[in-house]
Amino acid sequence: MESGLLNAVNDERRARRAVVVVKDLEDGSARLVRETEELGGELGEAVAKAFRTGNSGLVEAGGRSVFLNAYLPQPRLVVIGAVHISQALAPMARIAGYPIELIDPRTAFASADRFPDVELHADWPETVLAKRPLDAYSALAAVTHDPKIDDYALKAALDAGCFYVGALGSRKTHAKRVERLLALGATTAQVERIAAPIGLDIGASSPAEIAVSILAQIVRAFRSRGAGSDRLPKGEAA
Amino acid sequence: MTGAAHLDDIRDPLIIAEGWKSDGRGVAIATVVETWGSAPRPAGSHLVVDDEGNFHGSVSGGCVEGAVVTEAIDVIGSGKPRILEFGVADETAWRVGLSCGGRIRVYVERLG
Repeated sequence: MESGLLNAVNDERRARRAVVVVKDLEDGSARLVRETEELGGELGEAVAKAFRTGNSGLVEAGGRSVFLNAYLPQPRLVVIGAVHISQALAPMARIAGYPIELIDPRTAFASADRFPDVELHADWPETVLAKRPLDAYSALAAVTHDPKIDDYALKAALDAGCFYVGALGSRKTHAKRVERLLALGATTAQVERIAAPIGLDIGASSPAEIAVSILAQIVRAFRSRGAGSDRLPKGEAA
Repeated sequence: MTGAAHLDDIRDPLIIAEGWKSDGRGVAIATVVETWGSAPRPAGSHLVVDDEGNFHGSVSGGCVEGAVVTEAIDVIGSGKPRILEFGVADETAWRVGLSCGGRIRVYVERLG
């Protein structure tokens, strides 16, 4: 591999953009493909699949065997609400490879004492997300129950095409939330992507169990990215 | 904070390889290109090696890294890429193998 290619791959990864390196193992030649490029043909299909799944592997294209090395950005998990559920979710998610960024303007909640070793922003989501925008490799879970805090972040997550958007609250709470989001300009298709009530239906009851159900739902959403037209498995919790 | 914070600069093998190269070291990149059965690291995993045998990353669970590092140092010298294959420990093929019973192919190339 040439240094120039490696530098380009790393630059794309630093910018949180997915890339696939197409490598001919016979002659050693390699090229970088960005997600926005349309290659077409057998190779194009295989590259599109590599972007979708993040899986690398050998493929046959045009009578040659080439290796596709897929590099997807590490998933980010942004949680709105420094609540009891988040205290359980933070260490679980870190172990699972989804380190969380926690946002809550209520300083009594968002304290380092309650959240040791967590990236904590005791500020409004509007302010934090303006500096650190969400993207397609981000998941957002809104768990404050407070429209003043949750709504902006949910709308931002839908607009950014986050691979997961979840919101805590009963069906009744969610119905009102949907009305507010539509009033903010969200489309029906967008609000249907919200996992609500949040979490897989595993009968979770305690805050820690709810955290498990949320984390499992996030993992499923990440691993099934782009599988069919419904990119986000919908919420199915009680 | 920038997006770079999401890449683990301390452990990310390709970031390390880039740094080594800019320091003027000889560098090889080993990549798992194919796996069969139970393999510890998926295709696409990298191990990077410098000309003194320092390495980061992994192509297995630590079973064959030693052998890959030795081959990689040769590749840094010759500049010719190699494909290595490791299976269940087998005296007739390789001295080292995968205890998990899987097989892997590893492509080793010099960073030019």
